[in-house]
Amino acid sequence: MVETARRWAYDAPVFAGGLLNADAATPSFLTSKSGANDPRRYAVYRNNVMVSLIRAMEANFPAIARLVGEEFFSALAQVFISANPPRTRLLFEYGAEFPIFLESFEPVRPYPYLADVARVEQMWREAFHETDAPVMAAVDFTDIPPLQLPALKLSAHPATRILNSSFAAGSIFTANRSDDPGGNIDPTKGEWVLVTRPHMDCEVRILGTASGTFINALLASETLEAAAVSAMSTGEPFDLATNISGLLASGAFTSIEGVE
Amino acid sequence: MLHASNTHEPSHPVRIPAHLLRPRAGAGFKPEHLSSILNEEPSAAFFEVHAENYMGKGGAPHAQLTRLRQDYPLSVHGVGMSIGAPGALDTTHLNRLKAVVDRWQPALVSEHLAWSTHEETYLNDLLPVPYTNEVLARVCNHIDETQSALARPILLENPSTYVQFDQCEMSESDFIREIARRTGCGLLLDVNNVFVSATNHGYSPVDYLDSFPLEKVREIHLAGHATEEDSFGNPLLIDAHDRPVADEVWELYRHVIALSGPLPTLIEWDNDIPDWSVLVAEMVAANAVLDDVATAPLLGRRHG
Repeated sequence: MVETARRWAYDAPVFAGGLLNADAATPSFLTSKSGANDPRRYAVYRNNVMVSLIRAMEANFPAIARLVGEEFFSALAQVFISANPPRTRLLFEYGAEFPIFLESFEPVRPYPYLADVARVEQMWREAFHETDAPVMAAVDFTDIPPLQLPALKLSAHPATRILNSSFAAGSIFTANRSDDPGGNIDPTKGEWVLVTRPHMDCEVRILGTASGTFINALLASETLEAAAVSAMSTGEPFDLATNISGLLASGAFTSIEGVE
Repeated sequence: MLHASNTHEPSHPVRIPAHLLRPRAGAGFKPEHLSSILNEEPSAAFFEVHAENYMGKGGAPHAQLTRLRQDYPLSVHGVGMSIGAPGALDTTHLNRLKAVVDRWQPALVSEHLAWSTHEETYLNDLLPVPYTNEVLARVCNHIDETQSALARPILLENPSTYVQFDQCEMSESDFIREIARRTGCGLLLDVNNVFVSATNHGYSPVDYLDSFPLEKVREIHLAGHATEEDSFGNPLLIDAHDRPVADEVWELYRHVIALSGPLPTLIEWDNDIPDWSVLVAEMVAANAVLDDVATAPLLGRRHG
């Protein structure tokens, strides 16, 4: 009786263990109205788990799904899900390991840009669900005495994300998340991708090396001067005034540090 | 740190207090329907949302739900508490549920007689439990813990199931009745789930309902199901939530309402989501049953 009284703690893991493993046997403690253990009935749960998680991956990575096609994505997602089942009950958080998976998944080796496109999708989704916060206004800047400008630091908006990609990840993302696929994209042309969410809508900006380096340094809490020096040391043309108005327009920051 | 004030939140308080829902049809809220809902004559008595979709930190989901909540009462339906799991409840998740309930003040909060987690893995399906005394005690502890944390009773939903367990010690309706008795929780009766499970396991849905504690039911769910076959050629119904409510389920719903009296009734449609007008048509059909029964209120009505 002691054994039967504590059975669920032993049986539940057996039931769960076969759901993500198509080769697992149907748990022996299951029955059906035919009096027999029917593998097709247990398979309904296995199918529900896999199909619902593939759907979640499609919802989280629509550009990847569009790039590789629905059928291939479904097969790809299945391999990913079996190796990386969700550790979160919030499915909009699921798939953070997908970019790394894509980097090492042999069948997509001819498309090395996919991992970074998946990173942009992950950044976009994180930004979408991030904490609401006001964005910095232009007036916040003009109020600062000129002598204090070089030492300024900016506070990042919680939704801001940035990626330095060796591929045209932002351009490919944008083309595959809209109805307008745009012109020809050279996937091997590297770009910086800035994701912001100044209000409710996410914005994706593609930046050159100097601008990307500048904003990246500011997001890492470097001073305005240090960020500008980093940007200029890239060897690309860099105009400070244009870049400051660009970062204001992007909503990447909430405020100047130490200034209310 | 960041300013707590949010320019996107309405400054005026919600108009709809957290009272009990009217016994009329409502719908599961899908963000793609928001503009239709706000721009058309109100056709839903309430909206239901999956709690987990509002457990993010902010952004559009919160703003949309806040807007909806200004005009409509809400029911919060959890899908991730894993109340039937053998292990302890996840208190982090319970706290997230509490935050959703505290923020949007729903008229009803419900969860499932099911489980969905294994160690650290979330399986994203409502898995069945064996109806044993051991599991009964476990589920009751989990519901007590949930209700204490939320400081309010929840509703527990009857499952749709595809398998049975060899160590079953009582019927599903007896199991659910005992949970409600011990924990004081209310019940959410999913009529489609009754039909799906009864068909899959070869019992009469009417017999099931005759022994179900209808007096504890505070909300009804209606949804569509798919039909497949098991290995022996028997019909195997799948709780798909991707199509209109089946005729047999409408009949069973009428039977329930005749016994219970009118109850808030949710049209659930979670996959292959159609235009808003399709959900409106399903709500009109549910309201017709509720009206019909209301005009003959004592006919076959169960007291108690």
